[in-house]
Amino acid sequence: MANTVRPAAEPAPQPQQPKKMHKRFQSPGDRIFDTLNVLVLSLLVVFTLYPFINTLAVSLNDANDSIKGGIYLLPRDLSFDNYKYVFKEATIFHATLISILRTVIGTVVTVFCSAMVAYTISRPEFVLRKFVTIMFILTMYLNGGLIPNYLLMRDLDLIGTFWVYIVPGIIGVFNMIVIRSFIEGLPDGIIESARIDGAGEFRTFIQIVVPLALPALATVALFTGVYQWNSWFDVFLYNSEKVNLSTLQYELMKMLANSNSNSSMTSASAFANSANSSSNFVTPSSIRATMTIVASLPMIIVYPFLQKYFVKGMTVGGVKG
Amino acid sequence: MRDQTAVPAPRAAEPSALNRWFKTLLKQKTLIFMSVPFVIWIFIFKYVPLWGWLIAFQHYRPNLTMFQQEWVGLEQFRFLFSDDTFIRVLRNTLVQAVIKLVLGFVTAIVLAILLNEVRVAFFKRAVQTISYLPHFISWVVAANIISTALSIDEGGIVNEVLMRLHIIDQPIMWLGVGHYFWGILGTSEVWKDVGWNTIVYLAAMTMIDPSQYEAAEIDGASRLQRILHITLPGLKPVIVILLIMNLGSILETGFEPQYLMGNGMNADYSENLEIFVLKYGISMGNFSLATAAGIFKTVVSFILLFTANSMAKRFGEQRLF
Repeated sequence: MANTVRPAAEPAPQPQQPKKMHKRFQSPGDRIFDTLNVLVLSLLVVFTLYPFINTLAVSLNDANDSIKGGIYLLPRDLSFDNYKYVFKEATIFHATLISILRTVIGTVVTVFCSAMVAYTISRPEFVLRKFVTIMFILTMYLNGGLIPNYLLMRDLDLIGTFWVYIVPGIIGVFNMIVIRSFIEGLPDGIIESARIDGAGEFRTFIQIVVPLALPALATVALFTGVYQWNSWFDVFLYNSEKVNLSTLQYELMKMLANSNSNSSMTSASAFANSANSSSNFVTPSSIRATMTIVASLPMIIVYPFLQKYFVKGMTVGGVKG
Repeated sequence: MRDQTAVPAPRAAEPSALNRWFKTLLKQKTLIFMSVPFVIWIFIFKYVPLWGWLIAFQHYRPNLTMFQQEWVGLEQFRFLFSDDTFIRVLRNTLVQAVIKLVLGFVTAIVLAILLNEVRVAFFKRAVQTISYLPHFISWVVAANIISTALSIDEGGIVNEVLMRLHIIDQPIMWLGVGHYFWGILGTSEVWKDVGWNTIVYLAAMTMIDPSQYEAAEIDGASRLQRILHITLPGLKPVIVILLIMNLGSILETGFEPQYLMGNGMNADYSENLEIFVLKYGISMGNFSLATAAGIFKTVVSFILLFTANSMAKRFGEQRLF
């Protein structure tokens, strides 16, 4: 079953053939090319990964010891104090909760709503199909801009509430197109046979389309989850005065802003002095490294598992969009 | 005579067609319940803010209603173009946009080609997965990592490496020197998204007929010749359509990296249109001027999008609409 259900736009899976050919003949030029290629790509891997590994090492290193510098790939003086400190801090703990909450609620709501509308505009017999599609597609090019949007949120009384994170984004047009393309690629017979069996539209959607469209839904869930988890600007814009609605990213952003304004005087000792008063010894820069890891780890762990899906989703939505 | 009999006929048909339409509508009420609420949602959240554009032609005061505002015509726009800050912001936006477009395209295509030439499947997959990583972190995390890497304190790996290689004698405050900013921004954007941007190209490459490569190889074409004469032409349609899409949003240079890595020392180079809108609108409360700047951006984007689209049409390429 699962094999037969594939979007129509699937590229033909046949890149193995030339590979076989390549292996037989290898000129010296070829070999130099291959070596250089591997070298360049390895360099790219180093550039991509090093900052994360270094940040991780600093976050796992004793803060006092970090000041001496010279930490590259591994912590020198392993210590979990930075993490203990971060999660004991009430603001950060609460901000983490809000981050998780908006990611979970936002993702569920967006995936469900986007999929539902995508289903309706994938039904060829739906009389409002064109109208609904155009209403959504147009918004990809029309944007009221920052100020009108801000005034709208103010007029709707969404400022200062948790819902300002959820309601403005319940449908992503790009996401909807990804799901629609996928549903349109399903064999017609499946949906038709459900209808003949007497299932209503909503039941067809829930019981037939949703399970079959799971790869597309997983893609959209990942995109939305990443967006929600990584957002800080809406917190800054709408809820900067509400401490209890702050998120992890926004707390990290405030730390960055602080260190930027300090950077004109830049001295590690000034950092150390300001942190000396706290119970276990931490420094702003070690806290910043720890927060950076906490704020990025969930997404870094999740995305490799969904790679197969989002690659397909990007291919369908990216070009057709 | 014939005319007289012909005229009432459509009139009689009209209500029945309308009737039939309503009947289908009634029959499809579930589909309507599933989509129309979201059309209302999108109308409120995406179309109503367009109404807010009127603010740009007023002297907006937040405590008055739309109709009580003082109308000033094009005064805000006139002020914008006589404002030195705006001209500088415009310059920054254009330069940042061109750097992002050119660098983004070239690096993504080169990386996709390099990946496509890798013969060890495991290595290729590993590099791909790792190269997607920075796309999944927020700009807050990225800015933290970048500003740490560029700092003159301990842990500023860039300065450290350059000093070890004796390229520089003393650490440079990269984010403190204005004219370095464009380069730093461009590099950061490439670092964050180059892997992600290869997805579409890699998918397009799987569509290229492998027999073309075989034939070229038998004819004695070198690796480079095959890339230049088979892979690149095969990517051309995708490149064109992505160029059009990107031209339409060229002025959407984003503001997160500029905002997060910008500071007083590099403001002359980092501040772009969106930061201008943010600064005048939200921080200084000059809603009218900020909206005018936003409108200017949207109008220019629209013109660019349509120009690029019709140019693609003229050259017989694929186009967006």
